[in-house]
Amino acid sequence: MTNVSNSPDYPRERLSPVSTSVGSKTPSGKQKRATVREVFAEMPWLVKLSAIWLILIIGGAIYAKLDVAVFDGALPLQDPNLQTNNFSAAAGGFGDGEPLESPSASHWLGTDAIARDTFSRLIHGGWVSLIVATVAASFGVIVGGFLGSLVGFVRGRTEAVVMAGIDVILAFPALILLLALVSIFEVRSLTLISLVIGVLSIPSYTRVARASSLAISNREFVMAARSIGSKPQTILFREVIPNVFPILLSYAMVAAAFVVVVEGSLSFLGLSVQLPQATWGNMINQARRDIKLNVAQVFWPSLVLSVTVLSLNQVGDFFQRRGAIRAAAL
Amino acid sequence: MGRVLIARFGRLIATLFAVTFLSFMLTSLLPGDPAVAVLGQDGIQNEELLEQVREDLGLNRPIPTRYLEWLGNALTLDLGESYINKGQDVWGDVIVTRFPVTAQLAVMAIGIAVILAVPIGILGAYREGRWQDSTTSAAVQVALSVPNFITGIFFIWLFSVQLGWLPASNWNRVGDGLVDNLKTSILPAAALASTQMAIFSRLVRADMIATLKEDYILSARAKGLSNRYILVRHALRPSSLSLMTIVGLNFGALLGGTVVIETLFAIPGLGFRLINAINQRDILVIQGITVFVAVVYVVINTIVDLLYAVIDPRIRRR
Repeated sequence: MTNVSNSPDYPRERLSPVSTSVGSKTPSGKQKRATVREVFAEMPWLVKLSAIWLILIIGGAIYAKLDVAVFDGALPLQDPNLQTNNFSAAAGGFGDGEPLESPSASHWLGTDAIARDTFSRLIHGGWVSLIVATVAASFGVIVGGFLGSLVGFVRGRTEAVVMAGIDVILAFPALILLLALVSIFEVRSLTLISLVIGVLSIPSYTRVARASSLAISNREFVMAARSIGSKPQTILFREVIPNVFPILLSYAMVAAAFVVVVEGSLSFLGLSVQLPQATWGNMINQARRDIKLNVAQVFWPSLVLSVTVLSLNQVGDFFQRRGAIRAAAL
Repeated sequence: MGRVLIARFGRLIATLFAVTFLSFMLTSLLPGDPAVAVLGQDGIQNEELLEQVREDLGLNRPIPTRYLEWLGNALTLDLGESYINKGQDVWGDVIVTRFPVTAQLAVMAIGIAVILAVPIGILGAYREGRWQDSTTSAAVQVALSVPNFITGIFFIWLFSVQLGWLPASNWNRVGDGLVDNLKTSILPAAALASTQMAIFSRLVRADMIATLKEDYILSARAKGLSNRYILVRHALRPSSLSLMTIVGLNFGALLGGTVVIETLFAIPGLGFRLINAINQRDILVIQGITVFVAVVYVVINTIVDLLYAVIDPRIRRR
């Protein structure tokens, strides 16, 4: 990228209009970036609600993690793994809880089969989903995005080889391949699960990136860059990748919805992060055994998981629609 | 057509090689001594047994030779014997007995999904933008987002716990009577179907909205044909092609999705067995099921591709 500034005949500005919102032009005629507030205002009310929900879940998860990792449980949130009916030395007596309790002032969503606070476990469970989804999206956008942009731009044998490899991984049903890989390891940490799901996320991002890169590489601004003699790697990093990137980001939201379901399924099968770490999937799995005694304990994690996936889909769809309009105006 | 066939067949073979190789590598990826992993905790002390497993797996030979030998055995339907469940033949005692159950679930789920999705999709397209469209679209969005194990638990709660109509788990084979089988298979199949239904109906709706704007639909209207006739005969026809493709592709994906549903409903299919094998660390069973499902998936995808070429003249001519 550095050689760009050294070549005098290459314009300092990108040739392509990157990250612009439709129609909003500054007096100078240059299109400007839409602010977060503007984007939020554009959202239909359901998408707004979804975005707020996601922010709450993410904020809650980070708060819960901070509580445990930094403040050592000092923040106002109960210990997710404390069995509240047991004797606790710290509290100097027996806890106030019962197993499968109904919602109360001390346990907002009641307690699970071994008297742990459900609300706290839900908040903590969000952390696992958040990390897995974030790691998967990062792997996908960075590795898959680069790989796809590259092969869509250079074509030829590189493309054939990379895409053949991608096709082989996609030739497996996703969950089966994930299970086979996870089964190799005896100890399943959050790092391991995130890495495995992250690596398995790369192929689909590569496909999306390649498709957009193919389309962008044929656009007139890429031709223009070629004709003024810029180096291929300059074009790749200055023209192609910046235009593929926003498309990938909106895809990442929808892909994150899928990743959250996959992690939920894995947890439900008892093959995700090890207990006692709460995840939405393992909460559902544990509570379903007592469904005749207490439906609420199954209901809460199911609701949170489903609403989160729905929200990710809504927000992702919104950005994809918006991106499609923007790409058409490019 | 001939060239398409040959090219597709070549790709099929190449993919099968790659997929089987990856599945084969599963035993080699294991950390530490694969023989120890294959035998599990009991085998570690038994040096004689360890040596035998090393011999069976051919661990002292180079990987390519081992792979070809393993592939040769797999082609003659010999996927090895489980060391954890002594004497259980992976092909005969695991896959042959359990695959029919999984396949039945997947077929039923696809059937239910298509039967529901087509009318929902048509309604949404025909009434595009009106309340019929927005309500069905919202329902479809929800069905798409709720993971199928949650749908399954909801069905169990409603139909077994509350109403007591159907059992919450268990499985009756088709041989035990069709009604008995249906009682145990309808809930899991419906749970599996919910996500698929959403995918299919979204596709039908989007496809038909495009089709309904075509000139030939207008001319059919001008001729005075009834709405129903136009929708089913003129508009649904071209959309059924893309529906067929996605049904085929999703059938393979369903083979994966059954894992969760089979575990939830305790159904003796391949998926439930796979989870058992993972919990017991029964590597050869994991490997056998993985390679089998992957091969079925690849073959189905190829068949769908070819069928598409056979049915759609636009592709055939290329």
